[in-house]
Amino acid sequence: MVTINIGSSDFAAILPILVVCAFGIYLMVQGVLAPRIHKLTLAYIGLAGIMIAMVSNFYLLGIETDRAYFEGMVFVDKLTVTLNFIFLLTAALCLLLMTSYSEQEEIEFIEFTPLILFATAGMMLMGCAESLMIIFLGLETMSIALYVMAGFRRFNRFSLEAALKYLLLGAFATGFLLYGMALIYGTVGTTNLTQISAYYSENALNLNVMALFGVALLVIGFGFKVALVPFHMWTPDVYQGAPIPVTAYMAVGAKAAGFAAVLRVLVLATGQAAFEWSQLLWLLAVITMTVGNIIALVQSDIKRMLAYSSIAHAGYIMIGIVAGNETTVSAVLFYLVVYMFMNIGAFAVAGIVSGKNEQHVDIKHFAGLGKSQPMLALVMTVCMFSLAGFPPTGGFMGKLYLFKAAMESGYTWLVIFGALNTLISVYYYIRVVVAMYFQDSKESVKMAAVLPGVGLVLLVTLLGIFYLGIFPGTTLSLLY
Amino acid sequence: MALESILFWLFAMLAVGGGVGVVVHPNPVKSALFLVVTFFALAGEYVLLMAHFVAIVHIAVYAGAIMVLFLFVIMLLNVQEESRLAGVWGFMRYFSVVLFVALFVQLGYFGYQGFFGAENVPLVRETEIGTVEQIGTALFSQYVLPFEIASILLLTAMIGALYLSKQKLGLGEPARAARVKEALHEKEEAH
Repeated sequence: MVTINIGSSDFAAILPILVVCAFGIYLMVQGVLAPRIHKLTLAYIGLAGIMIAMVSNFYLLGIETDRAYFEGMVFVDKLTVTLNFIFLLTAALCLLLMTSYSEQEEIEFIEFTPLILFATAGMMLMGCAESLMIIFLGLETMSIALYVMAGFRRFNRFSLEAALKYLLLGAFATGFLLYGMALIYGTVGTTNLTQISAYYSENALNLNVMALFGVALLVIGFGFKVALVPFHMWTPDVYQGAPIPVTAYMAVGAKAAGFAAVLRVLVLATGQAAFEWSQLLWLLAVITMTVGNIIALVQSDIKRMLAYSSIAHAGYIMIGIVAGNETTVSAVLFYLVVYMFMNIGAFAVAGIVSGKNEQHVDIKHFAGLGKSQPMLALVMTVCMFSLAGFPPTGGFMGKLYLFKAAMESGYTWLVIFGALNTLISVYYYIRVVVAMYFQDSKESVKMAAVLPGVGLVLLVTLLGIFYLGIFPGTTLSLLY
Repeated sequence: MALESILFWLFAMLAVGGGVGVVVHPNPVKSALFLVVTFFALAGEYVLLMAHFVAIVHIAVYAGAIMVLFLFVIMLLNVQEESRLAGVWGFMRYFSVVLFVALFVQLGYFGYQGFFGAENVPLVRETEIGTVEQIGTALFSQYVLPFEIASILLLTAMIGALYLSKQKLGLGEPARAARVKEALHEKEEAH
């Protein structure tokens, strides 16, 4: 006789995921049943789905937290709720950007909306995973949707190249990840993260080769997803080829999901074993920051520049991971929230300036924006200052918390490297600001119109950056 | 017991022999057929391990569906003889030897540890673990969530494949013609 120990509280624990998946499936059927439906209607239904998922996310706070559901498959705690919030907000903002972007470029919302919803569901699964199996399935759901979304401009060579490159390299990285999980499973005999954590802390001093090797392979697999140097090669090409809203979604959502998995596995589960690798992670953080920032100095394409900047920011977040103390989780989460606002804001402005078919993506096309579109220039300036880490923006507070976490664990040199890198990065962020305010445009750039959807995104990012910069305490107390 | 080990060695030889055949045979079609031999031999090994369900699925999915697809593609592409890698990539052959040795040493090391290591627990053979009923119970009780997520994963992949391969986007025919023209123009400019 089969007994199934699954109650309604189990389904409540994954309520946002269920809502998002249900809307994804509904939208697909809707697109088939009513082919003449206005394409934007589909996007707005998708947005409504994300909103409902956000509301149900608050419901998670009400149910019994800090315990596992589905027989040890998912775990609900504050980390889960915060990560769900980040993923859902990212999806909503990017879908809004996409509705405006569809004026510049033909986009099929029948496929796009379900894909972005399923990708978000995959990310949320990674955020609440309590088993290596769930992490793997969530990661693959997210990645496969992203491979397709990167190639959504089907008539553009660069977009198709991006999709193919991302697919091939992503599949390769998945192999590493799976091999690592297999080795850990072979050592511990379970995929449950709590039991893995118990095993690693018991045998911290005499771990065998297989256990350590498994963790190293996991680092490679996750390092690819969050674009750490030397696993970053795909990033600039894929970010450049993908449609701008998808690039924003990848830069923010995929990175946050990757770091969510890193937090769950490396910090919370195999923390003891990761400690053995902390020298390696230290090195990865320094190389990632330095290479990302130095190559970004010479980029003239705004999308490539933001791609290298996102690599550098992955390095900053790694500082918090290396620290590995009780402030790590809140510092990393806070940075991910700030990073979401400032990156989506920058990509939103870049999407408007690029115009039809993304023809104007060079930094020189931003020249004169301060006079012709003062509000756009203001948002871009705030985003650039925040990415560079000037007070009173959220980027400053985020870096401060990361550096503080590292200082508490005694990684002084790491913080010095981080500060030096911040100085380097100021140059290429300020370059955009200088172009906007102090240079005159030589050619007339035909920008896309600022539609209400994009306007809302810009407003939200602007408020978010300043709110997190001026009142960081209110958000931080929610996190932990 | 004797019959079991005879069968084990028979299937093992077949599997390894088939695997070698896949790599060394110059004709791609025959190479693919060797892969079928390997799959059947592996299915035999699964039966010996009491994993009946896995054995059946292995034959139905791998030896059946996927191999037919392989052969289909090879025959459609009409590949005659394998062409050797040239230039810089020729070195990859030597590199592959290094990788092969590394993998072999690794497997040997773990195998050695498993057999002669300190925690040498005698193998307990579960006679019921691989039956269809047991797997069905596990899938719908403990592993119901991963099982259902896998369906979302496959759905995502299906939507993606359809989008990337469908002939005509929802655009009207004139818009599409203009789009193709634009793409061609862009290509000319690049040259």
